[in-house]
Amino acid sequence: MEDLGEIVGEFLLESHENLDQIDRDLVSLEQEPDSRDLISRIFRAIHTIKGTSGFLAFSRLEKLAHGGESLLSRLRDGVQPVTPATITVLLAMIDGVRSILSSIEENGSENDVDIDSILAQVHAQMNAGEAAAEAAAPAAAPAEDAAPAGETPVPLDEVPAAARPAPEPVEEQRKPIGEILVETGGAAPQDVGSALAQQLEGDERKLGTILLEEGKAKPAAVNEALSQQAPKRSIADSAIRVDVDLLDTLLNMVGELVLARNQLVRGVMETGDATLVRSAQRLGMITSELQEGIMKTRMQPIEHIWSKLPRVIRDLSNSLGKKVELVMQGKETELDRSLLEAVKDPLTHLVRNAVDHGIEEPERRIASGKDPEGTLTLRAYHEGGHVAVEVADDGAGLNVDRIAQKAVENGLLRADQIPNMDKRDIMAMVFQPGFSTAAKVTNVSGRGVGMDVVKTNIENIGGAVSVDSTPGEGTVWRLTIPLTLAIIQALTVDCGEQRYVVPQVAVLELVFIDGNSTKIEYASGAPVYRLRGKLLPLVRLDRALGLEVGGDQGVYIMVLQADGRRFGLIVDRVLNTEEVVVKALNSRFKDIGLYAGATILGDGKVGLILDVSSLARRSHLAADADRKSLEGSSRANAVSGTGERLLVTAVGDRRVAIPLDTVTRLEEFPRDRIEHAGSREVVQYRGQILPLVRLSHLLGAYGEEPEGDTVSVVVYSEAGRSVALVVDRIVDIAENSTTARRDAEEDGLVGTAVIQQRVTELLDVRRAILAADPNFYTDLENDEMLVEA
Amino acid sequence: MASRQFATFEVAGQLFGVEVHTVQEVLSYNEYTPVPLAPPAVGGLFNLRGQVIAAVDLRVQLGMARKALQGPVMNVILRGDGEPVSLLVDKIGEVVDLDDERFEPPPDTLSGPTRELVVGTFKLDGRLMLALDVNQAVDTYRATT
Repeated sequence: MEDLGEIVGEFLLESHENLDQIDRDLVSLEQEPDSRDLISRIFRAIHTIKGTSGFLAFSRLEKLAHGGESLLSRLRDGVQPVTPATITVLLAMIDGVRSILSSIEENGSENDVDIDSILAQVHAQMNAGEAAAEAAAPAAAPAEDAAPAGETPVPLDEVPAAARPAPEPVEEQRKPIGEILVETGGAAPQDVGSALAQQLEGDERKLGTILLEEGKAKPAAVNEALSQQAPKRSIADSAIRVDVDLLDTLLNMVGELVLARNQLVRGVMETGDATLVRSAQRLGMITSELQEGIMKTRMQPIEHIWSKLPRVIRDLSNSLGKKVELVMQGKETELDRSLLEAVKDPLTHLVRNAVDHGIEEPERRIASGKDPEGTLTLRAYHEGGHVAVEVADDGAGLNVDRIAQKAVENGLLRADQIPNMDKRDIMAMVFQPGFSTAAKVTNVSGRGVGMDVVKTNIENIGGAVSVDSTPGEGTVWRLTIPLTLAIIQALTVDCGEQRYVVPQVAVLELVFIDGNSTKIEYASGAPVYRLRGKLLPLVRLDRALGLEVGGDQGVYIMVLQADGRRFGLIVDRVLNTEEVVVKALNSRFKDIGLYAGATILGDGKVGLILDVSSLARRSHLAADADRKSLEGSSRANAVSGTGERLLVTAVGDRRVAIPLDTVTRLEEFPRDRIEHAGSREVVQYRGQILPLVRLSHLLGAYGEEPEGDTVSVVVYSEAGRSVALVVDRIVDIAENSTTARRDAEEDGLVGTAVIQQRVTELLDVRRAILAADPNFYTDLENDEMLVEA
Repeated sequence: MASRQFATFEVAGQLFGVEVHTVQEVLSYNEYTPVPLAPPAVGGLFNLRGQVIAAVDLRVQLGMARKALQGPVMNVILRGDGEPVSLLVDKIGEVVDLDDERFEPPPDTLSGPTRELVVGTFKLDGRLMLALDVNQAVDTYRATT
């Protein structure tokens, strides 16, 4: 049984490949119903499946394939014509074969798959063709024993070099070129005969050459005959199947090798021994080449996932009554196998969406002066270390006004933001969760799920999604995908005491800040840098990581790009670029969202890889702050300036915001660590006694005490003293908005504002601190009067 | 009489134990990479033969203040669910064979975070060993949610 299992496995694998090819061929056949070559190819593939299933005693599968074969043989013999209805039945038959195969794969039996209804359809098709057939060719009976492949002449123009010939039951021999030329009509039999005679007489020229030089055959015909001759041999003989697990193991090992090389090279450089350095460099080169080679083994042309799309488009456009022509460009572009898997679903979604919403109905297209048949173009190409995959339609295009309106309705944007926004930024709103502008919900799309999933999936593999559209001319969805997941070029940077890794694809340039000729400026609290005259919003890595915030001098700005946004990341030091192997980060850290993974650095320590798009989202806030600060500058500064970032907390059922600048740390303390000193609550913290003040008491928000064993506190430190403000929950970090702000009416607050569409109270930090520690400022008052409050 | 094997270790003078089959290995390690913004119980990450392992500070899990990670710290590396996780402990003890009759549920007077991590008490000669619930012990979100 062991052997049989292996044979069945092989059969399943091979059949799945054949079925995909048949799908493609059937759809092409619909376009060119007269192509005998396509029919023969489909026929042969089905015949192979039939033969093997008979041998393996899968009788239902054999019966189904036999039915399909009968119908196909009628098409092949011209007994009945190829119609869309025939194609539909044949596709249904292929689906039946698929479901039997997966049933065999899952439980080893084919019994629970219904084939009768499909067979009935097949017979109905054959009977439908019968009437016409009887008049035309009464003698032609369905030939059930398949003609061997060799008997079917193959027109040369139908053999694309990349196409995989279906495995054929007959042994593949290299056909003499003369025979091919005679079959295809490229040369007359007597000319070939005389050329062969010449060769026998000692003419050492090749047959094709003789025919060409004597003008007996056209160069094009000879070339085609040669190209037909070549691939038939090479594909069968030069490819082997390799288990993907084995490749993965090899890739992992190469990953380790890259690490070991990095360590070695570093060590050798320190010794300065010239011979050793040379050897190390040589080792480095070999490792790189080896790595590249292993990578290549995992690469597959994107055609693998595109091949399913013609079928998807055909079924969908038929059901919607649309006409869609599919154009594929760059299908040989290669991607890492695991990435292909990850791209498959998002791509299918984009294609379905383009057919459903992008391309209009034929009548509407005619009305707007377009070809009633829409065109969907899939394009793949390399671009700067990435692969770009585009799904372009020539439909009506995205309605920017409608998207803007919808975004305002959904609370994603404010109406006053729209006029200042870039058209593409508005269009990018379609990637927000729950966003759909479809007027009606179809079973294909318009449910508002999907585009955000596309975005998430692509971002998960380190890629990006964008959309561009011209009204009336169409829409282009663009996926940018890294070549591989496992090894990336990265910059190592220092921040605080630690080393972090930034993927190099996101880095545009580096700027050193000396504090004189280059310096960081503040637009009311938001750090910016003038990069060639334009303001670049900055994100402090130490602040983003919740570490102690360092100075503004002697630091580096990494100009990064992610999600179509540009921002600067402030780090202490930029060390070097190296290739790092991305290791998945323990699942418990996924929620933090700032890390894309981890890696082993050259010194053997673990380094965290920063998630640049997540950092970009923080930068987005800062970019908005620039705009808002302009609006807000005319207003009286009731609080310590506008546009600063706020920590939004929940206290009872109220939202209380604390300027982030005044926050030193966020902590969680176990409830039982809270002790009492007099009437005050205190907690031991880093060798200090930290006084606590409950904002719920201070603000009179007596709600229910939140459940749980810990309390969330916001620690504020100044001049070595700290106090902690107890809140129920940390909600978010938000940008201060200047709209709808009112001044305070209540003790302990400086005002209220609308932040993230919710009324939020702004805490009077100074008063809260004094409530916790009445002496907090007494030591400071003399030299520093202005404390943020 | 059923008996089970426990790997024992000490944290803050208290003896703890986990069943031997849950332990992958025990080793001491020097350098940990802190993970900013991670739950406080996460001591850091380290490189175990090319694999990135998260170390959970058992002290913090037990509700104690975190000790600075300086110099070698002992790790009890647990197999975990698909990915190994390490527990940072003060000192490694021996592997002991324990009969079930030495087992008692945790005393009622035991409270706080420790109570949630402990499944029972084993009476050893001269001292008590608390048997840890492995899943609870490495759940770093337990304390914060």
